[in-house]
Amino acid sequence: MTNHVFASSVTLFKKLQEVMAAMPKVNGAYIHGYGGYVPRFRIKAAEIARVWGKDEKDVPIREKAVAGLDEDTITMAVEAARQALTRAGVDPKKIGAVHVGTESKPYAVKPSGTIVAEALGISNFITSADYEFACKAGTEAIQTIIAMVEARRIEYGLAIGADTAQGRPSDALEYTAASGAAALVIGGESKDAVARFEYSMTYVTDTPDFWRRSYERFPMHTSRFTGEPAYFKHTLTALKSLLQENGYKISDFDYFVFHQPNVKFPLTVAKVLAIPNSKVETGLVSGIIGNTYAACSLIGLVRILDSAKPGQRILLTSFGSGAGSDSLVITVEDGIESKRNKAPQLDKLIARRKEIDYALYIKMRDKIRGVQ
Amino acid sequence: MQKVYIAGYGLTKVGEHWDKSLETLMAESALKALDYTGLSRVDEICVSNVYGEVLQEQLVLGSVLAEELGVSGVPAVRVEAGAASGAAAIRYAVNAIQSGITNVVLVCGGEKLTDGTQEESLSLLSMDERYEVAGEIGSHFFSTAALLYRMYMRRYDVKQDGIASFSVISHENASTVQHAQYPFKIGLENVLNSPYVAEPLHRLETTAQADGAAALVLCSENIARKLDSPKVLVSGIHLATDFPNPFDREDPLHIQSLAASTSSLLSMRGISRGEVSFIELFDAASILAALSLESSGFIPRGKSGEAAMSGRLSLNGELPINTFGGLKARGHPVGATPIYQVAEAYLQLTRQAGKNQLDNVRFGLVESLAGFGSSSVSILLEEV
Amino acid sequence: MFVIRIPRYWRSKGFRYRLEGYRCEKCGHFHHSPRLVCRKCGSRSIRRDRLSQTGRLISYTVVKSSTPLFEQYVPYVVGVVKMVDGSLVVGQVTDCDPEELREDMQVEVTLRKIRVDGENKLIQYGYKFRPVIE
Repeated sequence: MTNHVFASSVTLFKKLQEVMAAMPKVNGAYIHGYGGYVPRFRIKAAEIARVWGKDEKDVPIREKAVAGLDEDTITMAVEAARQALTRAGVDPKKIGAVHVGTESKPYAVKPSGTIVAEALGISNFITSADYEFACKAGTEAIQTIIAMVEARRIEYGLAIGADTAQGRPSDALEYTAASGAAALVIGGESKDAVARFEYSMTYVTDTPDFWRRSYERFPMHTSRFTGEPAYFKHTLTALKSLLQENGYKISDFDYFVFHQPNVKFPLTVAKVLAIPNSKVETGLVSGIIGNTYAACSLIGLVRILDSAKPGQRILLTSFGSGAGSDSLVITVEDGIESKRNKAPQLDKLIARRKEIDYALYIKMRDKIRGVQ
Repeated sequence: MQKVYIAGYGLTKVGEHWDKSLETLMAESALKALDYTGLSRVDEICVSNVYGEVLQEQLVLGSVLAEELGVSGVPAVRVEAGAASGAAAIRYAVNAIQSGITNVVLVCGGEKLTDGTQEESLSLLSMDERYEVAGEIGSHFFSTAALLYRMYMRRYDVKQDGIASFSVISHENASTVQHAQYPFKIGLENVLNSPYVAEPLHRLETTAQADGAAALVLCSENIARKLDSPKVLVSGIHLATDFPNPFDREDPLHIQSLAASTSSLLSMRGISRGEVSFIELFDAASILAALSLESSGFIPRGKSGEAAMSGRLSLNGELPINTFGGLKARGHPVGATPIYQVAEAYLQLTRQAGKNQLDNVRFGLVESLAGFGSSSVSILLEEV
Repeated sequence: MFVIRIPRYWRSKGFRYRLEGYRCEKCGHFHHSPRLVCRKCGSRSIRRDRLSQTGRLISYTVVKSSTPLFEQYVPYVVGVVKMVDGSLVVGQVTDCDPEELREDMQVEVTLRKIRVDGENKLIQYGYKFRPVIE
């Protein structure tokens, strides 16, 4: 069924060049540092199921990461970006742009990026904006920074995906909506670079699978409609179109990382494309930290970079509701070996696990009425 | 330089005075002091109050008190030095009388913390440290006390029992005091079993919200001779300052300002520490009693807990402290607290301390602190 | 009182966000806030400087009673941290359960929400310490 949707979308694009307005090849944009952040609190999906009377076997993931009372998108963005800067070894004053992708801005109006920049001692002469494109806001930030580096508008830029995702109590999303952040320092060519961006492809349509209106605390979604016409169609179209454009085959890649709203969806994509699970597992963390929205596929990338070898090739495909996917080809460079251990590996952050019950969870996620 | 005497006092009970305003409480204590002394007018009024502009949104408390007492026209001001404000007000009066520009000053301290919430009171108490690196980051007076407490126990390798015993002494002494907020005894196990405010500091090692007012009449020798009330000589009053936050200092466990104010006070009068009959200390938190005794040189460092448990510091010991219950049990209506301390020393030295009367008293030492000694005031009172 | 004074919060963000303060060029003493005169030696030669981003926890307390705007965070930990230059900084210690606290543990600086003003909903961010993630 999923194959069917994919096949029809590609049939539409027999001549990809004619419908593509963007240039897929990336010229001279490198990852110089990376960082991922996962808050230490976890709630088991079974605990949420207990509260809402669901069968504890009928849950999409094992557990999810929950931001502490003193954490939000901005603080987590700072955590991830600090690691990225440390790994990059770049003077913060050389960062020319800070772009934060998120759907959980602490302020509806007031940029997150400026706080992140000041906290990290980054120059005041930068561009900075918060991006929103549901779960692909993080890769949107990356696209912008890549382009700015390619155009030599900046020497280095910081692209961040961070979220403290909201799920309405009892809603299906409550089991997975998690908190986390990931950041990349992107700059030009250098022998110390961690990885190189080769290609980037974006595919978007108007698809109302998930949204949150202004002034609403929790998002709405259209249940199973979020699957086939939304997640699968966009993920597969972006990915397949990218392969079609650059001539790569599935076997040319050592790792695949997808947006991971649960565990099943990314594994289904792998199955459809006949990707061995071994190439997906390293970057698949939603089972133990949940769907970290704008940080989601990037945290997967961070985990891959924690162990990848120079020369290995990664295919990352994000998905954001509304809807769209960014597909990126990333090749690991020699600098990874010297930079990897300059900051804690993602597994160290995941291992800080502290389990909480539903009562503490709703306190931390500000779901108790009457508390200031 | 004119000699300065205390010729009268007036106290209200420390407690929760829901039905009385700050100015009524102050007027009540001031009238008691005036009546006790037999005066109807004074040359000047000096008010000490710390939180009036926040909790009562009221300034010009000097003028307000003059109005309440029906003596509008008299020069009147308010003095502020955090929790040591009362002592700073006394110093203002002493200076004025010593200089010869005035003869009789009414010093009145008042505070009404119950107009605010407990959380607000805690925030107010914390203003004696620099706000950006204390109150504004969630630290407060008792959490700072707790940090010092843990450092103290670690450095001197002592258990908590000794420091916690200061609360037991204070309650023991307050149990017979009418104006005390908590006139009952407690045991060490009560202290150690009470909830933590900030670990390791227990609730029964801290002070609570309190209302109260206290007044003193200070006068020159000329006037003192004409008054029938008992008198005590103010032999000296010294104030010294230090960085408000203890962790900015060379040694957080040493209150240098208090060491300086007490040392210079005693040497000016030419007496040794052994000649001090009793001390009214500033035990806003138990650990402060220990730090005060050690900083001002009465007990070797790290040995205060031992001294508290040994009975040396009790009413019948060799160095009684907090003879009316101190801040812990008499209560801590902040702006009035040092006035209570001095009034209590006055009662000891004029043999009016009732069941709490000490034998053979000659010199009484009062030590007041703003916060952790951002200002320390030492006052030596002498039997006449 | 009991609210976040915005200009004050804004002008102190150097120390609040990055532990950036003012060091005496003569005696080396560190001040968290701008100075015209060194509080220790009286010198008027002061330059901006940033404290180390790691330190050693020398004392701590678990706060059970709080001031306004901090009630929802109770219990929280306040600690004293000795920075590399010897300066002591008081701050909250986060991501650490009370039973995990140890004197002399290594901590690092992180940015966290400090409090939210209920009146204007401004979020005050600032440094906190947390156990070093190795």
